[in-house]
Amino acid sequence: MGGIPHDHYEPKSGGEKWLHKRLPIVGLMYDVLMLPTPKNLNWMWIWGIVLVFTLVLQIVTGIVLVMHYVPHVDMAFTSVEHIMRNVNGGHMIRYFHMNGASLFFVAVYAHIFRSLYYGSYKSPREVTWVVGMLMYVLMMGTAFMGYVLPWGQMSFHGTAVITGLFGAIPFIGESVQVWLLGTPNGSIGQPALNRFFSLHYLLPFILLGLTIVHVWAFHTTGNNNPTGVEVRRTSKEDAAKDTLPFWPYFVIKDLFALAVILAVFVAVVGFMPNYLGHPDNYIPANPLVTPSHIVPEWYFLPFYAILRAFDQEVWLVIAVNWLTFGIVDAKFFGVLAMFGAIVVMALAPWLDTSSVRSGRYRPMFKWWFWLFAVNFVLLTWVGARPAEGIYPYIALLGATYWFAYFLVILPLLGVIEKPNTPPATIEDDFNAHYAPKSDGAKPVANPAE
Amino acid sequence: MSHADDQQGTRRDFLYYATAGAGAVISGAAVWPLVNQMNPSADVLALASIRVDVSAVDPGTQITVLWQGKPVFIRSRTEEEIAEARAVDVNDLPDQNHENANLPTDGPATDENRALTEDGVWLVQMGVCTHLGCVPLGNSGDFHGWFCPCHGSHYDTSGRIRKGPAPRNLPVPVASFVDETTIQLG
Repeated sequence: MGGIPHDHYEPKSGGEKWLHKRLPIVGLMYDVLMLPTPKNLNWMWIWGIVLVFTLVLQIVTGIVLVMHYVPHVDMAFTSVEHIMRNVNGGHMIRYFHMNGASLFFVAVYAHIFRSLYYGSYKSPREVTWVVGMLMYVLMMGTAFMGYVLPWGQMSFHGTAVITGLFGAIPFIGESVQVWLLGTPNGSIGQPALNRFFSLHYLLPFILLGLTIVHVWAFHTTGNNNPTGVEVRRTSKEDAAKDTLPFWPYFVIKDLFALAVILAVFVAVVGFMPNYLGHPDNYIPANPLVTPSHIVPEWYFLPFYAILRAFDQEVWLVIAVNWLTFGIVDAKFFGVLAMFGAIVVMALAPWLDTSSVRSGRYRPMFKWWFWLFAVNFVLLTWVGARPAEGIYPYIALLGATYWFAYFLVILPLLGVIEKPNTPPATIEDDFNAHYAPKSDGAKPVANPAE
Repeated sequence: MSHADDQQGTRRDFLYYATAGAGAVISGAAVWPLVNQMNPSADVLALASIRVDVSAVDPGTQITVLWQGKPVFIRSRTEEEIAEARAVDVNDLPDQNHENANLPTDGPATDENRALTEDGVWLVQMGVCTHLGCVPLGNSGDFHGWFCPCHGSHYDTSGRIRKGPAPRNLPVPVASFVDETTIQLG
């Protein structure tokens, strides 16, 4: 597969030929593993492997946890405590699963910001990007439903808030909420817990399927790289000058990076497993009392901040409310803004008008990008603050910049910015960093020859 | 293949449409039960009403009871709370509907329309914030009624939304006194 010319698998022994004629699975694996990969990839290109590893980690620990967990309102909390106290090694398995969700989102945000900076979302990689965004949304859904399962105070009241979002949809909202929760008045109970458990088990496998689609898409277009310059496809020899096969070069590099990240991860799991959680979730769910301060898990905070930013005192909300004859009220506007924030990001390939792909050669874009990254951290911070005093204004400012970045800045920059000239080839960029040795030998062996 | 003057073609077209139509109907019929199973089940739908003993609720305090999986606030209000609630001009309220299930749907959000008793002492309402469903805290907020800690909605002493993101007043459920100290919900 792929548009980059390279050597394909040739079955040699009789057995290989026999199998290849009937099922070319070895050839498929060979092509995936030996994919010509731009040789100038930097350390921001490791997050894909980290994400695949984390997905597998979550599926494996999750399947094990289900052997001890009971999805019933009277027993869910107790069964999680049973895992923590009685099941052999259960506390570590649960802590790995719990913190695995955080590792998942650290990696996915690094992965997304990498793509935003180096323009990985641009033509011809739009499909990879959109599939990735879809996976990101599924990840959020899975993480949310997983957080409900221990049936603690945060689980319960977090569910009330998030499913309440659907109730904000005009006309059909209440029926949707009743349908989602399985209770006539939208109260949260056994039906919700049971179905969230079912879906929490299902969605990771859909993510696994989409991972294959995601990889298939960028194996077809080839990887992006820090220069944003395409691999030369003029001949096998030219392509070989710009690339190295995925195995062993990038596999070893990625595994090294994974080892470093896992060292930090295991330290967190071992020494501070509850640092990223909320103590309130170790109190059994009680429908009569809401925790004094409801905060979602840290990875939802930027979007939670956007949700809360638009109250009925914002002039835009008032204007939209008037223009839609009251159909879009402040509550629905907040919900639209939260989902809209992800939609505009998914549309980045069509909103970014610049002909230069990589942010490295875009002097103005760089500043706006880093402001966007800082704004993301700011939104995360303000999402955890109470909705009082100055915080709603900071959230509104941050939310506005989020939308301005995609809807105004990216389209305009392509017109007004004068980009620098990227190197002609990936080989040039590589040689500029790692000069060829004086004896004329190539700095790295070229396995295609 | 499908020219109009081709006898066989028209028959084939008919078969295509018939097959596609039957397929769509059958798929819909197969999918609907899979969707509908998520709607409330019969036992959940069986509406339960409960009776609450309020003899121990002193003026200025409230109890919270669970009814159909949701909290209900039952408050015995003080003279000041009633006076404060009745001094408000309905035209100043974000939600001017009484939101009272015991009355016809349209009506002003006066305190008289929301209190359970004519003297205004008893106020019964759902303890669910109309923003995103948190349980508001009593005796707090800028209007001395309820305050939702989740997103900062302030309700007054009549449970009406005054400030913050919540769009509607706290709903008043179907409720009545069955004897001097017992309220029936539902």
